[in-house]
Amino acid sequence: MKHIPWIILAVVGAVCLAVLAVSRGEAVNALWIVVAAVSCFLVAYRYYALYIARHVMRLDPNRATPALTRADGLDYVATDRRVLFGHHFAAIAGAGPLVGPVLAAQMGYLPGTLWIIFGVVLAGAVQDFMVLFISMRRDGKSLGELVRMEMGAVAGTIALAGAFLIMVIILAVLALIVVRALAESPWGMFTVAATIPLALAMGVYTRWIRPGRIGEVSVLGFIGLIAAIVFGQNVAASEVWGPLFTFTPQTLCWILIGYGALASLLPVWLLLAPRDYLSTFLKIGAITALAVGIVVMAPPLRMPALTQFVGGGGPAWSGALFPFLFITIACGAVSGFHALIASGTTPKLIGSETDAPFIGYGAMLMEAFVAIMALVGASILDPGIYFAMNSPAAVLGTDPASAAHAVTAMGFPVSADLLVQTARDVGEHTIVSRTGGAPTLAVAMAEIFSHVAGGTAMKAFWYHFAILFEALFILTAVDAGTRAGRFMLQDLIGLAVPSFRAGTSWLPGVVATALCVLSWGFFLYQGVTDPLGGVNTLWPVFGISNQMLAAVALMLATTVLFRMKQQRYAWVTVIPTVWLLICTLSAGSLKLLSSDPTVGFLAHAAKFGAAVEAGTVLAPAKSMEQMRAIVFNDRVDAGLCVIFLAVVISLLFFTVRTCMAALREDRPTVNESPVQLVPAE
Amino acid sequence: MRMLRQMLRLMVGQPPYEVYLAHMARVHPDATPMTRVEFFRNREQARFGGAGGGGKCC
Repeated sequence: MKHIPWIILAVVGAVCLAVLAVSRGEAVNALWIVVAAVSCFLVAYRYYALYIARHVMRLDPNRATPALTRADGLDYVATDRRVLFGHHFAAIAGAGPLVGPVLAAQMGYLPGTLWIIFGVVLAGAVQDFMVLFISMRRDGKSLGELVRMEMGAVAGTIALAGAFLIMVIILAVLALIVVRALAESPWGMFTVAATIPLALAMGVYTRWIRPGRIGEVSVLGFIGLIAAIVFGQNVAASEVWGPLFTFTPQTLCWILIGYGALASLLPVWLLLAPRDYLSTFLKIGAITALAVGIVVMAPPLRMPALTQFVGGGGPAWSGALFPFLFITIACGAVSGFHALIASGTTPKLIGSETDAPFIGYGAMLMEAFVAIMALVGASILDPGIYFAMNSPAAVLGTDPASAAHAVTAMGFPVSADLLVQTARDVGEHTIVSRTGGAPTLAVAMAEIFSHVAGGTAMKAFWYHFAILFEALFILTAVDAGTRAGRFMLQDLIGLAVPSFRAGTSWLPGVVATALCVLSWGFFLYQGVTDPLGGVNTLWPVFGISNQMLAAVALMLATTVLFRMKQQRYAWVTVIPTVWLLICTLSAGSLKLLSSDPTVGFLAHAAKFGAAVEAGTVLAPAKSMEQMRAIVFNDRVDAGLCVIFLAVVISLLFFTVRTCMAALREDRPTVNESPVQLVPAE
Repeated sequence: MRMLRQMLRLMVGQPPYEVYLAHMARVHPDATPMTRVEFFRNREQARFGGAGGGGKCC
């Protein structure tokens, strides 16, 4: 009897998916996607998450969590599960689930929708949940330590080195998105720049004037942000100030690198903490508003279900649906980075083992819902506008007329007037080739928000609000990520040179920070100067690395299940592991070895290398120097792919070896913390 | 409402001070607990100053 509502829900979800799958040519409402996703997620949570909790993990409400056994009122605090859900969701949700689906929309809305729904249910949420469980049973230890405990020291070090490289790529690609969104946009640049003095003032306020009053200072900061957006219009229009806030991508790149280095050396209370308040609360608020906006507006989808780019050759990113769709939408369907969060602060705050499905599995479903909304956003735009924004300048030319011509030739008719009018509506000089996903999403959010509040007159405000919201939490991530990368690097180098560890003196800290900034700065500069727009090259590398980390986390989970003697349930983690290995290994080797120069790094390097030998300059490079830079960058990217492949293959080897060893034992061999019972009330 | 406030504070790394005070009173009754402001700064530093890097994702 109790199953009947769930069966109805499952039928609703299935009907919605069927409608999406069979509609061709007629307008489909976005709510079909939303309802399909929500019903699938609820059913998966009710049945699959609880199945994993009861049978695979055997969660025990009587077993004390680290928050009880090690309670200190600081790091280890038993927390209400709803409060903790919010904390965990705020930590995992970032720019990733917003950008990936927007880029994936170039293949139509259907492939992305299906991958997000099935990916999160079977892979992403399982990964987050399993890592949370493993860490929770081991005093809240971090992913690197967990791999070391269960798979050995060598495997732990490899995983740590892999995680550092992934961090570098993530920071570079996030910074690149900011550069693409703010270049040549004085309004956007002014509002984002204004957040720095604003955050400094907030920092001073929480330090000396009213310490600890986060609510107060955030409200003041929010008023400041809105003022900056409104005032930004006048700045952009001003003949004196407008040009001062207009930067080329190259200049912005150097500004960001300098900012990253400086910001990560400042005391945390001065800049990072106050901006974190603004970006966290703005993120939660904007996501909620977007959900409400989509439901109220109920917009029709204008992107076709499938486009001709399913087979490859798309302008936003190259490669065919398999395997590249599955690495383009990383966060939102499955994200390895979450393994670092699920083994961070959250396991130290769980009050009862039985809260873990709600937090580990549930928060990831919520993130997938954010990804679905981003996909909806990109799909309600006129496809002509979508492709005009997301194709590289090398394809479109630089003016609306050439862009309209090129996009119409792709089969998405659009007029130059529409491109000019859209740019004017959102208060920008141009929307042609604004790659990176963030500007596209901002146009979509402006469309949705202005429909609900303010009409066309408010579009420009909402566009810059959306840009600010994305740029703000990306900058926070760049700053926080540089700090985290610095500590990872100090740990890694400390393995060889013990005096390099944190806490010994200030010099290693500065050196590690510089190394970290230079690493992501290198890839950022490469992306900014890339004639294809950079996102085209870097996003796949980021996707591959993120999915490989997910594969590593799932392999750890598999190992733990074998060592618990629960191997008959290991299919729960083995199925997503195998799928991720297939996707990432084939995407990685295609990126490395494909003979198509738009896909393979080495083929691209060979093509440009041969041209250098012959003394000719190939478009879009303009000089011999640029030609050599392209060849060099291709080889670095290829090297990176080799490293990622090596990391994942070696960890696969350790996984198989550890699982075999566990099979030979007749009792569990996991290294869980000793069982302590929950004290009786 | 109280829960929402608690959630928002925990999102930026601030656990409830009252829980800390209760813990100190129960487990270390002879130690002087940090004041509210000291506790705030301690948590701020712990969130961003260490290897956790603020626990932020992509």
